[in-house]
Amino acid sequence: MAELLQLLIYGIVTGGIYALGAIGISLIFAILRFAHFAHGDLMTVGAYLALSAAAILGLPLGGAFALAALLTAGIAVLIDRLLYRRLRASGAVVLLISSFGVALILRSLVQLLWGPETQVYETAITPPWRLGELRIRPVHVAILTICLLLVSALHLFLTRSRTGKAMRAMADDPDLARVSGIATERVVVWTWLLGGGLAALAGMFLALDTRLHPLLGWNVLLPLFAAALVGGIGNVYGAIAGGLVLGVASELSTLVLPAVYKPAVAFAAIVVVLVVRPRGLLGGR
Amino acid sequence: MTLLVAHGLRGGYGGVDILQGVDLRVAPGELVVIVGPNGAGKSTAMKAIFGLVRLRAGRVVFDQREITGLPPERLVPLGLAYVPQERNVFPSLTVEENLEMGAYVRRDDIRPDMERVFALFPVLAERRRQRAGTMSGGERQMVAIGRALMTRPRLLLLDEPTAGLSPRFVDLLFERIRAINREGVAILMVEQNAKKALAMADRGVVLVGGANRFEDAGPAVLAHPDIAEMFLGGA
Repeated sequence: MAELLQLLIYGIVTGGIYALGAIGISLIFAILRFAHFAHGDLMTVGAYLALSAAAILGLPLGGAFALAALLTAGIAVLIDRLLYRRLRASGAVVLLISSFGVALILRSLVQLLWGPETQVYETAITPPWRLGELRIRPVHVAILTICLLLVSALHLFLTRSRTGKAMRAMADDPDLARVSGIATERVVVWTWLLGGGLAALAGMFLALDTRLHPLLGWNVLLPLFAAALVGGIGNVYGAIAGGLVLGVASELSTLVLPAVYKPAVAFAAIVVVLVVRPRGLLGGR
Repeated sequence: MTLLVAHGLRGGYGGVDILQGVDLRVAPGELVVIVGPNGAGKSTAMKAIFGLVRLRAGRVVFDQREITGLPPERLVPLGLAYVPQERNVFPSLTVEENLEMGAYVRRDDIRPDMERVFALFPVLAERRRQRAGTMSGGERQMVAIGRALMTRPRLLLLDEPTAGLSPRFVDLLFERIRAINREGVAILMVEQNAKKALAMADRGVVLVGGANRFEDAGPAVLAHPDIAEMFLGGA
């Protein structure tokens, strides 16, 4: 029982991290209508930028994370302006393939700039809190708290702000958004800012929970897409639910399967959802 | 004095020109109805005015200002609004949010205009928090027209506002469109319910094969024997 609860805690933390990544994938799919394969590598870039922000500028980890998230958001917008925007008229397949190219470029740049070896953030070593048989790591509490705050802030943004509502409008119907006079390119910029920033934070949290390496984000791309699909692609709230489902499912799978099969859980989740409920748990497009 | 002048519009979607030289004029506060058989280019002409169809030739002038080829986001602030025939609401947004998106280009207080829309369509006030996608066809059409009114347009382009609606909604909607027009909003409307639409129109324009065929006061178009026979299915 204690083991189950312990895995559940790990699963929820992993799920929160997946959710941050999957939100971006879902938003980009909803607004720009393509599967963004460079999303995992944006996570990696964010995680390494935080490493350098801490090392070079001597920022505390929190400040380094915030700065790296902003930088990554800027990089995501820059990639869109330089590349994706020019290809927008060519359709979803061209964009998808070009995002594969971006993924390779980002990953190679990370290896070139920071090297291929594994690294860690310098943090004070804090012993886990003990709750009976359960061990709760302070870093997990911090990650989960921030995930909750970010998701709540995103919800407020999408439901209260003019730009957030315009994002939902454009996800509903881009043609009607233009007809209404909505500045659609502005919405696209906001989509990349949010998607890129959240991806960077997901990467940092994942690296904080494990280690930094150049494949950090690429390795979780499959669970991120699975999370977006399970929740209903294009639906932000679905991405959050899907992230949690995937995180918990992959941790719990270690009860019955060797840990190396964790990625297979994502595959299984995609297959099950596509067969049983093709539009996802909360309904997407 | 004219509000809108579209002259010699030629263009279409691919290689074929659907519009073969269409002329349209709308005076301030006028209600103009475009009728014609299927494929005459009625909807395409509206889209061309609103910058949604690439024009190969022709000019569009709105309020003395050349707007040929300007994209919709530049036209809305000038006082033009367009309601497409289909997919004209944001289905996952509430009624209120749909109206807010209609006012996206505005930065001032939009509440008086929202109240005006609610006064025009009281059912929308009751359902302001309902998602537009869950409403009936007639109610959605009200949301769509309401959205377009949020910028206080001087010219409203309506593409078959009563298509697919039950007769009860058709009459209600026509009555509301007249009310909007009486408040001084010029309306250019494509309509399949040609008899009812022409009966209330200041002017009727008949398009055939992407070109103007006939034009007169609305009831006069209706009374013209050839036109009645050709497009309105006899007497």
